[in-house]
Formats: sequence, C-alpha cells, structure tokens
Amino acid sequence: MTTLTIDHVSRWFGNVVAVNDITMTVGPGVTGLLGPNGAGKSTLIHMMGGFLAPSTGSVTLDGQPVWRNEQIYKRIGVVPEREAMYDFLTGREFVLANAELHSLGAKAAQRALATVEMEYAQDRKISTYSKGMRQRVKMASALVHDPSLLLLDEPFNGMDPRQRMQLMELLRRMGAEGRTVLFSSHILEEVEQLASHIEVIVAGRHAASGDFRKIRRLMTDRPHRYLVRSSDDRALAAALIADPSTSGIEVDLAEGALRIQAVDFGRFTALLPKVAREHDIRLLTVSPSDESLESVFSYLVAA
Amino acid sequence: MYDPTVARLTYRGLLGRRRALILGALPVLLIVISAVVRVLTGADDQVAHDVLGGFALATMVPIIGVIAGTGAIGPEIDDGSVVYLLSKPVKRPAIIFTKLIVAIAVTMAFSALPTFVAGLILNGNGQQIAVAYTVAALVASIAYAALFLLLGTVSRHAVVFGLVYALVWEALFGSLVSGARTLSVQQWALAVAHKVSDSSLVTSDVGLPTATVLLIVVTVAATWYAGQKLRTLTLAGEE
Repeated sequence: MTTLTIDHVSRWFGNVVAVNDITMTVGPGVTGLLGPNGAGKSTLIHMMGGFLAPSTGSVTLDGQPVWRNEQIYKRIGVVPEREAMYDFLTGREFVLANAELHSLGAKAAQRALATVEMEYAQDRKISTYSKGMRQRVKMASALVHDPSLLLLDEPFNGMDPRQRMQLMELLRRMGAEGRTVLFSSHILEEVEQLASHIEVIVAGRHAASGDFRKIRRLMTDRPHRYLVRSSDDRALAAALIADPSTSGIEVDLAEGALRIQAVDFGRFTALLPKVAREHDIRLLTVSPSDESLESVFSYLVAA
Repeated sequence: MYDPTVARLTYRGLLGRRRALILGALPVLLIVISAVVRVLTGADDQVAHDVLGGFALATMVPIIGVIAGTGAIGPEIDDGSVVYLLSKPVKRPAIIFTKLIVAIAVTMAFSALPTFVAGLILNGNGQQIAVAYTVAALVASIAYAALFLLLGTVSRHAVVFGLVYALVWEALFGSLVSGARTLSVQQWALAVAHKVSDSSLVTSDVGLPTATVLLIVVTVAATWYAGQKLRTLTLAGEE
C-alpha cells in the first residue's frame, strides 16, 4: 500500500504562484486530478514526481522525500505529458532502455509491452507512431519495473475514443490491483469515467476533494444561468418567475434575451418547455451561459 | 559510474541525427584543404603547422567539442526526454560521467583522427607535427567535452555560448590579449603536445605544469558541477 503525501506545498515562479498551499493524500486506487488549463496541475505533478522542488512544504512517499532522491523511482512510474521520447529508437528499444535503467532486462520490457498491447508495433521507430501508440509506449516504460505509484500527466490528450477506452481500462486494472494511480485532466467526463476519488485544483488552490458523486452533486446543485430568447420574452419571464425553481430573471434589452438564474436544475429544465407551450410562446434560444469548466470550478472554490 | 544504457542512448542521439552530418563536415573540409595545400605547395613544415594549428586545433576541435559536448545532453533537456533518464534510480553524476565519456570519444574521433590524417597528407609527419597536433586534439577533446557538457546542462543556449567561447575567446582574444591565453584550452593542449612530441614548431604560451593542473581542474570541476546541476534540474511544465 503506497501513500503519497503532499503537505502544505506551494510553488512559485518569480512573482507567480503556481501552486498555493496544497495538502492532500493520494492512496491506492485511481485518483483524478481535475482542473482547468493553467490551474497548476502539471506543476503539482512535477513536484509529486520529484522533478521540481516545492518552494515550501514537502512531498513524501510513505514517509520518504521525493525531491533529490533518485532511489524513490524504484517505486514510481511516470508518464509525462510531453511528446519527446527518443524518437530514433523503436518501441522495443525504448522500453528495453527504460528496463535496463532499472537494472531489469528484456523480459520485463516484453511484459510491459504486452500489458499495453504494443507488441505488434514494437519494432517500428517511435517517430512513426500515432499519438495513442506513443502514449501506450510511454505507459509501458513507466510500468516496466512494476511501480506501486503511477503518475500520469494529461494521459488522454489527443487520444481517439477507442484508445481512450483502452487506456482507461488499463488504469482501472492498475487501481484494482492496489496500485496508487494519479492522473491529471481538464475534462470532467474523463475523470468521471475513471476516478472514484477526485482532487480539484483551481488557480493553484485545492478547491475540492472527495468522491465523484459528492463533487458532481455540488456541480449540479449550483445555481445555473441560462440565456433564453423567445417570441415573447416578458410573458415567458412572468410565467417562469412564479415558480420556485427560478430565483431571478433579467430582461436584457441590448441582447434581446432573458437571463435566467435557476436554483433547481432538474425542475427548471422540465418547467421551461411546459410553460412555453401553455402560453403559446416559441423558444428561439436556450443556452446555458456558464457551463464552462472554469465557471463550475469557480463555483466549487466558493462552496 | 559508467552506464552502458545511457551511453547507448547518447551515442545514438549524437550520431543518428543531422548532427552527425555537421560533425563530419569539418573533418572532411580539413582533409580536403590539406590535400589541396599539399598539391599546391608540396610538403612544407611551416604550412603544415599553420593549417593544423590555425584551422584544426583553433577552429575545428572546439566546434566539434561544442557540437558533441552540448549535443550529449542539451537536446534531451530541451525536448524533455531527459525525464526518462531522471525518473530512474540512476545516480545523476553517473549520467553526467557517462555522457562525458561519450562526448570525449565522439570529439576525439571527429577531431583527433582527421587531424592526424591531415598531418600525414600535409608533410608526412615531418618534425612530428602530425603527432603533436593529434596529441593536442586528444587532450583538448577532453577539456572541451567537459566544459560544453556543463554548458549543455545549465543553458538552453549552449550552442551559441559554446561557439562564442570557441571562436571569440579562443581565437580572437587569445591572439590579442596574452593573459587570455593562459585561460585557453588550446594553449594547455599545445603545452602537452609540445612535451610529448618534442616538436620545435609546436609551442605553447603556458608551461606544462600550469597547463596540466588547469586541464585536470577544469575537466573535473565542470563534470562535478554538471552532476550537481542535473540533481536539481527542474523540468519546466507546459504551463
């Protein structure tokens, strides 16, 4: 059982604070590190992997420091986000080199290649690989020494749906085997499908932590904003505000639309078409105006 | 200390890409120049000394040193693939030491060997000139490889700085300011070459004891420091 402990970790670059006083514990199973682009996920993963010193605080793996401790890599497997990976080698040569650097041999390399199902292309140059194939060979290089902690930085970036499913299945298996698996993503659905435990990072801060259902509830229970255009905005507004699912409506004259704040997401979405039909109003536009991940995150930070 | 896997990756990185072409271009040019000079002027010790001293040792060896020394680690740090070396239980100084050996071997192969061949073409090793400059190239290869490997570890603009050092410091300042010559790898190498070959044409502004001490100090210190820098190398993220 491997536990990664991040204790009051901050990291700044000059005047910019990339990671701000984060404390979390990552245990066995699959954990998703969720946050919008630029939130500090990569900086945090670099510190978890021992490639960057925290400005303050400490990162330890079962009590051992990660920074400046190369022996820790006997237990950590890293799948970096960046593409570059000795493109002049074949997949097999690359994984074998990684095995040798762990004082392991061809057998371990072959097993890792089999795990990611890359044996069929192992003798091709990495430079000829697709994004998904590269990702799988990176994965093989990280698994070659059977690590108890696996760190993956945006592993699904640029993968097609089938490759994504395969990698998810593999990570699920790793988690079920009792390994500690942490991956970062800025895509809610990816994290939802794979991780039971989620850590949310926004603007360098630890915004939320817990199981997915809890975070999902926070997200759906928050007030939703909609932009609605109809054949009779004022009549629609009058009918909607009578219902408790709506907490506020603004008639935006410049836009020629209604800005509606709904407090009960489920009830509002059922109410809107019903009210329109009853009053013979045509709905021209119904669009959520704050569905971006950033706005969901900013709500979570406030919560 | 020496890690064969790191060495293999470094060799293939150095010799596989376009870099091999650049590495090969200068030695070919040297040999062509030597052949042309020999045909035009015949065997002349002074001319051989001028070509080997002025072009081979003063220009070609440091440039090859820059390409091999910085190329042994710089591209991996630039593109981030060094993470595959750093995420292993391998001591950082062992990575640097191995890369140094590779850089020295490549620099020697692409500079000392062609220097010797050029010397034979120019005057058939008359007055031991070919041997002297070959020894100088071998000695200089070690110090240059260590210096430029360090540069490749600490700077993203290692090639530019390396070329500036090799061409401006060694060539320009060295010929104008006598004090600069004391701090010139080229002069240290010449001191050793003078001693080994006993050639009267090959001389140095620096005494042998000073040259030997400086060569060792620079090589050891640069290698040690590069190892320390690699231990705390920060891999910048995409953010």
